[in-house]
Amino acid sequence: MNDNETTDQGTGTSLVRTSGEGREVLPASLITGVDQFENPGLPPHVHRAADDDPAAAKRAERQVATMFALSMLGTLVFIVSYFAVPDEATFFFPGIGLAKTQNVVLGLSLGFSIFFIGIGAVHWAKTLMSDEEVVEERHEQASSPEDRAKAVAVVNAGVESTQLPRRPLIKYSLGGALGLFALPLGLQVAGSLGPTDIEELKHTIWDVKDNGGKPIRLMRDPEMTPIRFDEVTSGSVFHVMPETLQKYLDEGKHVLEAKAKAAVILIRLDPDLIKVQKAKDWGVDGVVAYSKICTHVGCAVGLYEQQTHHLLCPCHQSTFDLTEDCAVIFGPAKRPLPQLKITVDDAGYLVAPEGFAEPVGPSFWERAR
Amino acid sequence: MSTINETRPADALRAGDSQADERAAAAKPLGGIAGWMDDRLGGAKGVSFLAKKVFPDHWSFMLGEIAMYSMIVCLLTGAFLTFWFVPSASQVVYDGSYVPLQGVTMSDAYRSTLAISFDIRGGLLIRQIHHWAALIFVVAVFVHMARVFFTGAFRKPREINWVFGTVLSLLACIEGFAGYSLPDDLLSGTGIRAMNGFMQSAPVIGSYMSYFIFGGAFPGEAIIPRLYSAHVLLIPAILVGLFTAHILLVFLHKHTQFPGPGRTNKNVVGYPLMPVYIAKAGGFFFIVFGVIALISAVVTINPIWAYGPYDPSPITAGSQPDWYMGFADGALRLLPGFLEFVSWGNFTWSMNIFPGSLVLLPLMWTIIGVYPFVEAWVTGDKREHHLLDRPRNAPTRTAIGIAGISMYVVLFLAAGNDLMAIKLHLSINDITQTLRVLFFVAPPVAFWITKRICLSLQRADRQKVLHGRETGTIWRYADGRFEEIHAPLTPDERWALVQHESQEPLQLTAGKDANGVDSPIARKERLRAKFSHFYFRDRVAPATPSELEAAHHEHGDHGGVADGGHEAIEPAGAGAERETIKADKQLD
Repeated sequence: MNDNETTDQGTGTSLVRTSGEGREVLPASLITGVDQFENPGLPPHVHRAADDDPAAAKRAERQVATMFALSMLGTLVFIVSYFAVPDEATFFFPGIGLAKTQNVVLGLSLGFSIFFIGIGAVHWAKTLMSDEEVVEERHEQASSPEDRAKAVAVVNAGVESTQLPRRPLIKYSLGGALGLFALPLGLQVAGSLGPTDIEELKHTIWDVKDNGGKPIRLMRDPEMTPIRFDEVTSGSVFHVMPETLQKYLDEGKHVLEAKAKAAVILIRLDPDLIKVQKAKDWGVDGVVAYSKICTHVGCAVGLYEQQTHHLLCPCHQSTFDLTEDCAVIFGPAKRPLPQLKITVDDAGYLVAPEGFAEPVGPSFWERAR
Repeated sequence: MSTINETRPADALRAGDSQADERAAAAKPLGGIAGWMDDRLGGAKGVSFLAKKVFPDHWSFMLGEIAMYSMIVCLLTGAFLTFWFVPSASQVVYDGSYVPLQGVTMSDAYRSTLAISFDIRGGLLIRQIHHWAALIFVVAVFVHMARVFFTGAFRKPREINWVFGTVLSLLACIEGFAGYSLPDDLLSGTGIRAMNGFMQSAPVIGSYMSYFIFGGAFPGEAIIPRLYSAHVLLIPAILVGLFTAHILLVFLHKHTQFPGPGRTNKNVVGYPLMPVYIAKAGGFFFIVFGVIALISAVVTINPIWAYGPYDPSPITAGSQPDWYMGFADGALRLLPGFLEFVSWGNFTWSMNIFPGSLVLLPLMWTIIGVYPFVEAWVTGDKREHHLLDRPRNAPTRTAIGIAGISMYVVLFLAAGNDLMAIKLHLSINDITQTLRVLFFVAPPVAFWITKRICLSLQRADRQKVLHGRETGTIWRYADGRFEEIHAPLTPDERWALVQHESQEPLQLTAGKDANGVDSPIARKERLRAKFSHFYFRDRVAPATPSELEAAHHEHGDHGGVADGGHEAIEPAGAGAERETIKADKQLD
């Protein structure tokens, strides 16, 4: 159906404007003979001081020139201070604090050298250049019917000359070729962007298989020193990495990839506070270790509120309750932080005998499979 | 004060006016370099066409200019930064001049950003100008977009340019995100870590997307160079291309103008490009650039040296993205965790993340992009519009816009829920819960309030036209009555208040075809009529001359003031009979 309501009457449905008399709603200025105000036309031009008074014009000229001169001054200051201000100099900037002298001086001089060109130009335009408004006519955006017909004729002649309508073999084979040629390019990019080892998402370097089946010592991050059980005093918090990270540090390769899933937070609570038996069993006398990677989008859950025994993620404020086996008590995360089972080895150091029982970090499609 | 020229038609020139063509005719013939160029390029025609191009004046038209200029500043300073920035995640040990980080292992990207900040003279200034210009660019883009929306500048024939602008604003945000991720500091690395979480949240392909984008396991060494090529090549190329098309269409369509005396849908009234707009707009580039440089001189932005290099284990409290990503971050903070579930086949659906990360941006920008087409369908308006609407004269559109903005603001505030909790000593849980409710409640409330305000303003306009402007002069009559004197508007003053059209809802005439059966078209049209009703049900028609006439008579009947009622500006001797109390506002 044609959307041009007022012309489409008779069959089917049509919408009309309800303003009566069947008139089309047009801009007020185009309607004559109806009860509407007339456009009063352009108001008369009002002269500025500089248009009539040579002294005012002269004054404006001097003002503009002063702005441009100030710009040149700024440029000069920049060039001099680029060489004169030492790199390490600082000074006290009132209201802002200790500031790097070079940055402030270079920035202000550059800023003013640019700014005053603009101010000068605008002042010039506003005071001296003609401020008489000019009227330009608009024309319909659409081409005239003749031009449209001409364009259609030209294109049709072109199509006719290709013989495409009469040669379906070319038409369909061309369509096929054009439709398919992007596939190799797309395949190359998509196929080569990265190795995809989805199972790797479930793996961390706490896996004792990587350590010859031996339990893995808990190390302080970033010092990489082992943690004795008796050093973990009540209420203390340790940021922990596995002993197996040392291999990566020594080789200097894939350190961040390993750390990204291995980060653990170790906290000592009053054992009676822990309400979940599994959480108690996987810890040692109230010392418990949890993955520090948020189960929401993977930020480090770095804020520990000692009074409430809550762990808070600073990115999106997911809150985990340590006394409830790190269950989510608020925020956008769904799953609790995975617990790392720990024990004490013969030398009195904390070790993880099994690695994580579930994938750490943010959810992904295949996580539960 | 201006006087009124009653007889001259709207499009006529004034006595002193001259057409740009006539001025050009007196010019000297081309010689020298210009002549040499024209011999080869034939550019004289184009130059005279461009030079006399007319642009209307309004402060709000400068918003787009701010966006354009700050983008140019970004391109300029960005080119500088590429001379020193090393887009590499390979680990090095820092030995530069910033003492607290000496000996620390970090990526080359972070090391080179430190070098730009501390070891390259003026490097910090360029870096800060780049960052400030980017922030101002995105602000200006959004405010410009709001101006175009609320004034209806997106209507035919400018829908395509609205779509271009929509894509530009989305690209601006993505470009900004890619840019602030490059230094590989702790804050931006945390942002990339969250981005990895977003990728993984996509159903079916999420894990693969993450591995493709990061070139393996997070973080890997591929993401920095890949973001770099997106930031300096791919996105800027599209951005500059689309921006050029955006500007060309402005030239093609000629700029819209606000309604005013002498301004019609068929003309454009303003100043020519040469010389006024070259000076004003060109000068404004220097003002924008200058102000950005001044800000960068004294206000630190993104002090990456204070954050340290990226490491997945530590984190800073109050981790927040740059402002334009705030609303998406806020959406993630508001989405409750229970939306995540595991379906049959043990597949994990991260519906606590996916809608706020990967869906939100494309969805929001699609809604913005299609709005002109929806409104055009509802109004059934096929005409070209070159005169802008005053926002009050399109109450429903304005209300829809404010409702959308209120939704955006709720999400934006949510991104600062931790900061609000700390600064205002409130519970973060309460703030988050409140914002969750507000996300659904604020838009309808904002819609209703805005629409009422618009309608009230329209009524106020009517009042002003019919009964004149309040003068602040209060007359006391002999019988003890007090009355404030209203001065009638001049036709020039009045015009802006009465020129608009007030569309009435479309109504169905017949909903059935010849056989009396509802046609599918009829259903579509019924829907359209409903929308039309929603848009135009509440309307305040502009005052008409006959209403003004009637108002005069009415006043004449009871006003008791001879000849034109009490709307005369000059008491004209009648004042002698009355005691006049002058308010602080004097008559002119």
